Amino acid sequence: MSSSQRFVANHVAGLPKSGIRDFFAIVSQMKDAISLGIGEPDFVTPWHIREAAIYALEKGKTSYTDNKGLITLRREISSYVERFFGISYNPENEILVAVGVSEALDIALRAILNPGEKVIYHEPCYVSYSPSIKLCHAEAIPVATSADDDFAIDPDKLIAAWEPGVKAILLNFPTNPTGGVTERAKLERIAKFAVEKDIVVLADEIYAELTYDGEHVSIASFPGMKERTIFLHGFSKAFAMTGFRIGYACSTPELVEAMMKVHQYAMMCAPILSQEAAIEALKNGEESVLMMKDKYQQRRDFITRRFNEIGLKCHVPNATFYAFPSLQGTGLSSMDFCQQLLKAEKVAVVPGTAFGPSGEGFFRASFSNSYEQLIRATDAIERFVGTLEPAEAAAK
Amino acid sequence: MNPVLKLILEGEPLTTAQMGEVLGMSRDDVDAELQKLRDEGVLLGWRPVLNPDFDGEDCVRAVIEVKISPERDGGFDRIADRISQFDRVESCYLMSGAYDLLVVIKAQSLQRVASFVFEKLATVAGVNSTATHFMLRAYKEQGHLIARPEEIDAKPAVSP
Ligand SMILES: Cc1ncc(COP(=O)(O)O)c(C=O)c1O
Repeated sequence: MSSSQRFVANHVAGLPKSGIRDFFAIVSQMKDAISLGIGEPDFVTPWHIREAAIYALEKGKTSYTDNKGLITLRREISSYVERFFGISYNPENEILVAVGVSEALDIALRAILNPGEKVIYHEPCYVSYSPSIKLCHAEAIPVATSADDDFAIDPDKLIAAWEPGVKAILLNFPTNPTGGVTERAKLERIAKFAVEKDIVVLADEIYAELTYDGEHVSIASFPGMKERTIFLHGFSKAFAMTGFRIGYACSTPELVEAMMKVHQYAMMCAPILSQEAAIEALKNGEESVLMMKDKYQQRRDFITRRFNEIGLKCHVPNATFYAFPSLQGTGLSSMDFCQQLLKAEKVAVVPGTAFGPSGEGFFRASFSNSYEQLIRATDAIERFVGTLEPAEAAAK
Repeated sequence: MNPVLKLILEGEPLTTAQMGEVLGMSRDDVDAELQKLRDEGVLLGWRPVLNPDFDGEDCVRAVIEVKISPERDGGFDRIADRISQFDRVESCYLMSGAYDLLVVIKAQSLQRVASFVFEKLATVAGVNSTATHFMLRAYKEQGHLIARPEEIDAKPAVSP
């Protein structure tokens, strides 16, 4: 142990390093690898949005803003959330603009959790969930979702995971990394359970706009749920604005006020230029979002068809830009498969275990990429899988 | 929209075999679809989009506003067609407003543009006047920004 390690707090020392970081270290040393490992859009932010940020800069908008965010932005968010999700939040005191959903989630957890309390979430999931919960000295209780349900959550399993001390349920539909969604009836059962047990629901719906068939349903829109839900959303995915670092949380005035306390001391406010860009995104961005979504959808159809042809069973995700194929039959663990594939064919995909232990047996491939790269990558994966199971491959 | 057409409109250069792979069709089927689009007069041809600053054969480009007298039978069509037949003419459109035809031409030099206008265009029966504008510089060509060399930090190859 290096000498200064002793200064690190126990609960921080105890956090695992993100599995993605390990893997990233290997990929970044490799020249001309094809990466399907990128968790963000391959589009740059639409020009009209970038241009709004430039204009704001030209106008000298370089100050702090209201801690909650510019009121113009909160009004736009309010009408957008009402239109798209059917939930109505008062821009004055029920909306808080944050530095990405990352910060919104962190302050939401810090606002509600006492040390020792517990949070149920579903897994495989976004890498920050369990660490963020643990950073609040709280306990993370994962519930596995399964390929058999197309990675929807099974309410019975969630209910069975409940134990005394559970304060919150954290849901992320559509899900990174599985592309899973959960139908209304199941969400309604979870909502009913949350009311019964008096539990808070955190709903990270950052991929909502990228739902391909049917309409996205938010648990926050159910009767009686607004007052116990913290709705988290942002601009990174649908509007291709990851680098702007902007998102928001919506809830009751009391919960927003509590989050506000954390946010105001830790962050002060989200950057004003990003807030200005976000206003433009909500006012005029719909067409760009639909154009990008259309392209993702075509790429999804291609990549899932290819994985299934190759013999890597893959459900067709109804949302997000992630495919989550199974490694069943390859005889390899997620990490071994990804490392060997990278070495043999210079194609990077992310091991499912980066998203929690229940991701074992899967990998995540982002299809936010050009056809040319997707064709090369899937052809390479096909060659690689062929070397693993010569008997089966010959039989095909 | 026809899926093959939709794919080529995206502009990513793919071989017909790759198009087939993307769309889950055989290469022959893709070829047949493309042939159908040609037969229907939807797809007129293939051409690379070049940077106009590239010093190729024809490096002067001009747009010419042309006023013509419509004819009793066929209106503008016969004259427009006659002008369009010249190889130098890249595009020819009937416009609303202050003039009738907008003609885009390419030539090796200013002189050649000038002689084309005076000798060929202005002498077509029915052409009343022309106004020629030379293009100085291109900033965007058929949807492609003319790239200015610029270092961009690559985004991380793997991210959550
Ligand atoms: C499920 C999920 N939540 C939150 C985030 C973070 O988003 P933001 O860029 O808004 O911080 C991501 C980004 O990958 C994500 O996948």
